[in-house]
Amino acid sequence: MSNAVPRPCEVRDLGRIGYGEALAIQKDLEAKRKAGEIPDQLLIVEHSHVITMGRNGHMENLLAGEDVLRRAGISFYSTDRGGDVTYHGPGQIVGYPILDLREWKRDVVAYVRAVEQVIVDTLAEFKIEAGRVAGCTGVWVDGKKVAAIGVHLSRWVTTHGFALNQDTDLSYFQYIVPCGLAKPVTSMRELGSKAGRGEVTAALTRHFAEQFQLAVHQPVELTETI
Amino acid sequence: MIDVVMPQMGESIVEGTLTKWLKKKGDRVERDEPLFEISTDKVDTEIPAPAAGVLSDVFVDEGKTVAISTVVGKIDENGTGAIAGAPVAESAPVPDVGPSVTAKTPEPPPEPVASSAGPYPIPAPEPEPAHAAEPEGDLGPLSPLVRKMAREYSIDLHQVKGSGAGGRITKQDVEAYMSAQGAKTMAQSAQPVAPPQPAAAPPAPPAPPPVYQAPPAPAAPAPAAARAEAPAGRTRIEPMPIMRQRIAEHMVFSKHTSAHVTTVHRVDMTKVAKIRERNKAEFQQRNGFSLTFLPFVVRAAVEALRQYPILNASIDGTNIVYHNDLNIGIAVALENGLIVPVIANADEKTVTGLQRSIVDLSTRARSRQLKPQEVQGGTFSITNFGSFGSVFATPVINQPQVAILGVGVVEKVAAVVEGDAIAIRSKCYLALTFDHRLIDGALADQFTAKAKHVLENWSESVL
Repeated sequence: MSNAVPRPCEVRDLGRIGYGEALAIQKDLEAKRKAGEIPDQLLIVEHSHVITMGRNGHMENLLAGEDVLRRAGISFYSTDRGGDVTYHGPGQIVGYPILDLREWKRDVVAYVRAVEQVIVDTLAEFKIEAGRVAGCTGVWVDGKKVAAIGVHLSRWVTTHGFALNQDTDLSYFQYIVPCGLAKPVTSMRELGSKAGRGEVTAALTRHFAEQFQLAVHQPVELTETI
Repeated sequence: MIDVVMPQMGESIVEGTLTKWLKKKGDRVERDEPLFEISTDKVDTEIPAPAAGVLSDVFVDEGKTVAISTVVGKIDENGTGAIAGAPVAESAPVPDVGPSVTAKTPEPPPEPVASSAGPYPIPAPEPEPAHAAEPEGDLGPLSPLVRKMAREYSIDLHQVKGSGAGGRITKQDVEAYMSAQGAKTMAQSAQPVAPPQPAAAPPAPPAPPPVYQAPPAPAAPAPAAARAEAPAGRTRIEPMPIMRQRIAEHMVFSKHTSAHVTTVHRVDMTKVAKIRERNKAEFQQRNGFSLTFLPFVVRAAVEALRQYPILNASIDGTNIVYHNDLNIGIAVALENGLIVPVIANADEKTVTGLQRSIVDLSTRARSRQLKPQEVQGGTFSITNFGSFGSVFATPVINQPQVAILGVGVVEKVAAVVEGDAIAIRSKCYLALTFDHRLIDGALADQFTAKAKHVLENWSESVL
């Protein structure tokens, strides 16, 4: 980058929040970001059980009917992000960066690779050696997927983002073929890390800032823009 | 009519999947209104309309993957929407014809020309048109271009005096500021800078779409320095369009990759010229396009490639990859670049078939209606710089191919013929650039001599 000065980025950890509510917040922030009213944003959330389908999703990758899901206490959403079907739930760290990529690189592939890198770097801090699998976006450890990525872009402003399985109940993935790939999933916990959510979130935020050359801070008014 | 094209969403991206049309054919769209969605590698992107009007044509169906800059639809700026019905039909008299709206008149066929070759994506317009204005602190609205310039040259915009409407900072203001700063650092009396825009001028300069990409190297930005050395107003900086960037990369890459050597043979085209002359009228009448020299050269190259298949090969590490298909790329000059569509299985085509392919591919290359597969899979290329009057040139190899044949202009010259007589003959130069890593001079010359022999002793009927 030609400018060494980091761009500002507001980070909020919204804690446990419903998928629909988080989506509404994202859309609101996206509109404000596009209008230039706010700087870049990173939302960290944790969802209750939910299965979401991307724009290019295939219903056949959803292995259970909506009634089965309802009985299991799982909500279902069709969304406008890229990618296929995925699951979110407790114990997962979900990040929603709302970045204007024109300020960084006008390159969606570079963006996805950078998000992957943030997670790889974070996992390294917890002694987990993760990497990429060519053609399979996401972060992988020994052939198992530990983090999923799906992004929506409008006027170069990103929404949706990544989901890192920190201490996720992996049995919930039985309802889907994650991202349409019949490959196993894993979590930091399963990989032997006892790191807590706070530690991992802090590391993620730090690597996120580093990767995208952002100066992160928590906004004073958490609710004002919501 | 405004073309709606598949945009390029990043450096390495060559195609995109159109996942959803947000408007239907015949719908009215506003400029910047989301028109369709594309998908590339887990990222879904809304693409805004490049202009206001009526979506008059849709060429690419949902779910289809096409190369960047493929025309996916058209917007009729004068259209008035589906409700008004009649006017739309008037302005678009050929509904549902598909992409081939152009090639109807039997004009003299557009002769593909180019001095060198390479398969490039045609540049895509930026996915979003420049915003009119966005607030930036106390500076008032700033155009993306101004912000970009400020970022690129590390200018504190608070130091820049705005001359636009309401004190708005324009591109000219930034340039004037930079010139003034540059002059200062050179300790010279500042040359008078360009007068500021009158306040009545349109608020933002019609900025070229901001195609700023961060320089790949972390090195300090040189442009500011270079800028400072130039006297005020003596330079103009423009970002290269994406196509230009691709061509630049491709050419340098090729020059770095192959050991380029060019050999030139002089070919007597008199016999071909006579055949062409004799059949011209009837050919035109039968086919609707005229007969040029190029298909004869392609045919001769095919014969030579059959005999010397290593010129139809490519290099993969330390392996030689021989291609069974003879797919000949024909370099076509575009307004601001070039593209090399491919005649697949050129060995199965007659002169007429080759001429038809050349006319079709070059016409559609210029109207940007080539399909992705039509610029892929070439195994050998031909470039016809002669149509611009060049006698001979040294073309750049179209990677990963190993040779390219350049055709010079066919001219009548005084020649010494049998019996030491002087006669008028039609001659041209064939220039073969080959990759010396794989092909030695002797072989390259045998190949070219074979092509020459075919042309000088033409025996096939062309009708």
